[in-house]
Amino acid sequence: MLLAAAIGLGSTWFALSRGITMGALNIGAWSARPKAGTSEIDPYSRAEVERTGALPLGLGDGVVFSATTDDSGRTLDGRCDLTIAGTTPQARFFTITLYDPNGRLVPNTLNRSSFTSQELIRNTDGSFRISVGPRARPGNWLPTGGAERYVLMLRLYDTPVGIATRAGRETPMPTVTTGRCL
Amino acid sequence: MIRWLLLTFTGIVLGGIVHLATVLYLPRTATNDAYSRLASNAPINTMMALPQPSPAAAVVPYMDPAFASAVCRYDLSKGPIKLSAPVSQAYTSVSFYERFGAAYYAITDRAAGRRVIELDLMTEKQRALVPEDEDITAADRLIVESPTLTGLIVVRALIPEPSLLPMAQRAVASAKCQVQQQ
Repeated sequence: MLLAAAIGLGSTWFALSRGITMGALNIGAWSARPKAGTSEIDPYSRAEVERTGALPLGLGDGVVFSATTDDSGRTLDGRCDLTIAGTTPQARFFTITLYDPNGRLVPNTLNRSSFTSQELIRNTDGSFRISVGPRARPGNWLPTGGAERYVLMLRLYDTPVGIATRAGRETPMPTVTTGRCL
Repeated sequence: MIRWLLLTFTGIVLGGIVHLATVLYLPRTATNDAYSRLASNAPINTMMALPQPSPAAAVVPYMDPAFASAVCRYDLSKGPIKLSAPVSQAYTSVSFYERFGAAYYAITDRAAGRRVIELDLMTEKQRALVPEDEDITAADRLIVESPTLTGLIVVRALIPEPSLLPMAQRAVASAKCQVQQQ
């Protein structure tokens, strides 16, 4: 009986706190669950939504990709320099936001915790490069405020990306690479 | 030996049952969900502008700071609800959430195709009562069916750059949600 309770509650806690990936679309460091924005939301995503109290992005509105590691699987560390570079799948607008693991914005001197697609300084070919880190950088700098752990969310608004989308040429996600650490 | 194996096996099976039960039951017991969070300060069937999320405070976690939003906590027991949301300059969306957080419907300004997004929200039962021969055709009257009696409607307007914050806030502030006069 004890074993049963331990396994049952333990796996529930694990699944909900670590985020199980059911029907997930994984591209590099990014992961999305388009179905979580519909009434056909899977029970794990539903329980997660309940537990955190977040309002998921409806699929008719957009799709959210989140990243907790870089492309090589290294956990995002706010004391390191991180580069997000490349392009996104087609969308009318997109935003890139930095949160702490509880979904709060991270305090920083610049008062900046996100970029909209319109604010980004871009290269001539339309690609962009965002520097995430504790130290000021020229160009698009997203400060981490030195927080240890953080989460990146890339939200695509009014996008053809949806439940049927697969990783491939139509879904070019920006690369996420860790550089030097403090 | 066999007895031990049997006991362990039973333990694992029971553990699986506990896991499923807790994952499926959790949503009904959570008190931290978005609807409960808003219950204390958002009046029923009235649109209320939400404060912009900041590192110090946010009504719900993982809010996109690049959006101004307003929320309507609805209760359909008094009749269907009429929603109108004027479209802002950049990007406006309306999302519907059932009582326990799943986003069951979302529409963008482009999909609505006009200057004001107008929708009627009702339960399946109330929809059945709508006279079919009414001269208002389905084309100019969007009807959304709510799977639950209560829930949330969230109107969001993009802030493409910080200077456009007042524009986006004005747009969501003029959104309305009210019980339809029969």
